[in-house]
Amino acid sequence: MTIESLNFFPFDASSLLVALPEIFLLSAIVVILLLDLFLSKKFKQATYYLTQFSLLATGAFAFNLIGHDPTVIFSNSFVLDDMASVFKVFMMGGTMLAMVYSRQYLTVHGLFRGEFFTLVLLAVLGMMVMVSGYSLLTLYLGLEILSLSLYTLIAIARERTDAVESALKYFVLGAIASGLLLYGMSMIYGISGSLNISEIAAFASSSTLDSRETLITNFGLVFLVIGIAFKLGAVPFHNWVPDVYQGSPTAVTMFISTVPKIAAVAMLVRILIDGLGAMQPYWSDLFMALAVLSIALGSVVALMQTNIKRMLAYSTISHIGFIMLGVATGVVTGYASAVFYVLAYVLMSLAAFGIIILLNKKGFEADLISDYKGLSKHSPWFALMMLIIMFSMAGVPPFIGFYSKLFVLQQVISAGFVTIAIIAVVFAVISAYYYLQIIKSMYFDETDKEMSISAPMDMQLVLSINAVLILVVGLFPDYWMQLAISLF
Amino acid sequence: MENSLLSLLIWLPIIGGGLVLLIGNDRSETVRWVSVAISVLVFVFSLSLWTGFDTTTHLMQFEEKASWISQFNINYHLGVDGISMPLIILTTFSTILVIVAAWEVIQHRTAHYMAAFLMMEGLIIGVFSALDAILFYAFWEASLIPMLLIVGIWGGDNRVYAAIKFFLYTFLGSVFMLVSLIYMYNKGGSFSILDMHNLNLTATEQAWIFWAFFMAFAVKVPMFPVHTWLPDAHVQAPTGGSVILAAIMLKMGGYGFFRFSLPITPDASLQFSDIVIVLSLIAVVYIGFVALVQRDMKKLIAYSSISHMGFVTLGVFALFLAYKPDSAEGALLGLEGAMVQMISHGFISAAMFLVVGVLYDRLHSREISTYGGVINSMPKFTGFAVLFAMANAGLPGTSGFVGEFMVILGAMQANIWYAALAATTLIVGAAYTLWMVKRVFWGPVVNDAVNTLSDINGREFGILALLALAVLIMGIYPQPVIEVMHVSIDHLLNQALTSKL
Repeated sequence: MTIESLNFFPFDASSLLVALPEIFLLSAIVVILLLDLFLSKKFKQATYYLTQFSLLATGAFAFNLIGHDPTVIFSNSFVLDDMASVFKVFMMGGTMLAMVYSRQYLTVHGLFRGEFFTLVLLAVLGMMVMVSGYSLLTLYLGLEILSLSLYTLIAIARERTDAVESALKYFVLGAIASGLLLYGMSMIYGISGSLNISEIAAFASSSTLDSRETLITNFGLVFLVIGIAFKLGAVPFHNWVPDVYQGSPTAVTMFISTVPKIAAVAMLVRILIDGLGAMQPYWSDLFMALAVLSIALGSVVALMQTNIKRMLAYSTISHIGFIMLGVATGVVTGYASAVFYVLAYVLMSLAAFGIIILLNKKGFEADLISDYKGLSKHSPWFALMMLIIMFSMAGVPPFIGFYSKLFVLQQVISAGFVTIAIIAVVFAVISAYYYLQIIKSMYFDETDKEMSISAPMDMQLVLSINAVLILVVGLFPDYWMQLAISLF
Repeated sequence: MENSLLSLLIWLPIIGGGLVLLIGNDRSETVRWVSVAISVLVFVFSLSLWTGFDTTTHLMQFEEKASWISQFNINYHLGVDGISMPLIILTTFSTILVIVAAWEVIQHRTAHYMAAFLMMEGLIIGVFSALDAILFYAFWEASLIPMLLIVGIWGGDNRVYAAIKFFLYTFLGSVFMLVSLIYMYNKGGSFSILDMHNLNLTATEQAWIFWAFFMAFAVKVPMFPVHTWLPDAHVQAPTGGSVILAAIMLKMGGYGFFRFSLPITPDASLQFSDIVIVLSLIAVVYIGFVALVQRDMKKLIAYSSISHMGFVTLGVFALFLAYKPDSAEGALLGLEGAMVQMISHGFISAAMFLVVGVLYDRLHSREISTYGGVINSMPKFTGFAVLFAMANAGLPGTSGFVGEFMVILGAMQANIWYAALAATTLIVGAAYTLWMVKRVFWGPVVNDAVNTLSDINGREFGILALLALAVLIMGIYPQPVIEVMHVSIDHLLNQALTSKL
């Protein structure tokens, strides 16, 4: 017996390079956490800049790894492929935007603490692990790092009872979802004998599967789908979404509603497509049902909301429905359409919450639809930006939201589900009504109330670029669609 | 420039609109001059479409093509034929009118108002020149946005309801079109409209696609019974909005029937032509009677618009019955009549709404009962108003007569009863229009305010004179317009009569 074969943890230093973004981010988190303890009040802003720098550097490392040969390291539990790298770059970008928008909000509401930034970075780290997870355990680990950070982030506004309430609600329901997911994982592990995605895939696609094995795999599959649907916030596992969106501080809502959706889609791809792709006929039906329910409920219930955060929560549910619809087609381009959709959604959602935060002031949350009355008069530019965002979310061309819907619908129709496509577009029209309510508030209603925008210039600039991108990418969507397709 | 003329026509007003936004509401005088300069420039450029047009071919002209979304083989593909070219010129012409008409009237957020109209002009030209279905759809939907804002911001008391109703109605109609476009793409592998013309579709597919298109275009035209958004939108919209809505946006629906329904689903069009004809006749006759009882001038004209647009759909779908193997004349007359009617209605409805606008600017009332004896204080204006009213009633010598007469002749070949019912519009139309003229312009002055009215100024005179000229030229010598569209219509007729089964 040689020393080599005794090597319990086969370690190759060069493989570390593959996980460089994660390693860097983790080190940065530790540094920032420690530094924040010793920084005097005067230099508190340093935490913010360090956070932005860490995100930028991590994104740069991830960008550098695009085009790297697909590699699996750490005992087959961590994968690096183009999808992982591209998703990481987008997650860094999204988080950076969210941080730019959050800074003012945090200062105004007395939430500007070092913990906020370290928790966000930890959540990002969790998402990166999810994106690169190649064993059920790694995926679960990433998910928990993310979830625990998010629960705490919501509760960071500990004087606000609604924030604590939503933190608790999110925690309880999130824990149940994690439990379901774990249960499904244990079933899959039990029948396939492996936690590794590629071995599960080999097991699921083997032709020798007997009926008992198929049954147990499907049994586990159902729990996995439910767990993922919970995390995505798909109907009927959506109940936490509106309450958490409304109760959380807006900066946290913005973060929860955007970047983690990319990670959730990544986890979905790893487990259901990479791992259980052979079971696609089984989970497709489940997804189709969840998708249609989400689109329908999200579109209809949002009509009655007066709180814009709650309305956006239901709008998210309906967008999630479209994403799941793309996945449910069960073809590679369908998955690509879901990825394109989620990236477009993140871009739109960031901008929408950015506008809410922009108008936010001490004692004025700007979270009621009626708070937007007369915005086009006081700030025609940002009213125009919000108009772009709302029309894009409603799926009106030439904004990016149209092309993401077009892509998904094309895949759905191509897969033969014309009826589903018709149902989806009818609900898209219904949902247009509530987006129009905001436009109505901004443009058609008059108000005597004075409104002024006191946000720092950097935020105004970045937010404008973000919103204009919704139009520009809408005019030239080709590159981004190709990118989404190249990931599969 | 010859090669990118259409792009120029689309993007010049859109970018110009952006420029106007940058100038800002504070410098409204500059905004007005810049807007009018841009719109005149676009009109002048659009005239070279007319002069450079080859009337001997049905093929697309002024074509431009560039890859846009390679994943779906979607191209930035533009081109015009004899059907779309006149509509583009109608668009550029009408935009000048509404911009000039807004001169003193729109004091509130002038830059936004002008920018909305300029951008809408570009988008609508895009609708008429797009040869790629997704490009078409993008322009089609995007043109709703400026109109929504125009009605919602500068409209009357109930503007919010009208604006949202307008948007949702049209949006609902068009998403079905989107689904059928995607369906055809999946089947034929191309979003090119011309490829779709040649796509083989079974009878069932055609039926579904036909109705999907019908939802989109019938709402836009609008046809009975999906017309109810139009009176609301017209009444609430500012004058300029009404003008563009009636003169151009309704034509987008008619254009859709020409460009999509007939050539893509010829068999379904034949199969369901009876239903469409009946709906058109209901629009012509019943809506005509509805117009008769209106108290609000704008509502009256809105209903009369629906009634007149009924001729368009009648002319289009009567072709299947009017066509005789030995003579295509009846079918051709119907189709060409429909086109002429669209253009003529563009002039007349624009004029009628501007006439109401002139009165509304002075007395802030659209109620017929407010007025009476306007001729006493506004003789010049009354002259124009009566001319347009006559055209609206279909008096020979005005453009209103030509289109309706051609359609009635076409319908005569199809079924004498269709023609007879359609012809009642000459009576009903005359009744509601002339009765309105009688109550508003003639008779005793019932309202003291009417005595204080000042006659139209030079600007208003200019606009109305231009329109009067257009109405008369189209009425007396429509031949050039018919000539331009003849070959394209002939080709369309062939497409519509060639079964795909």
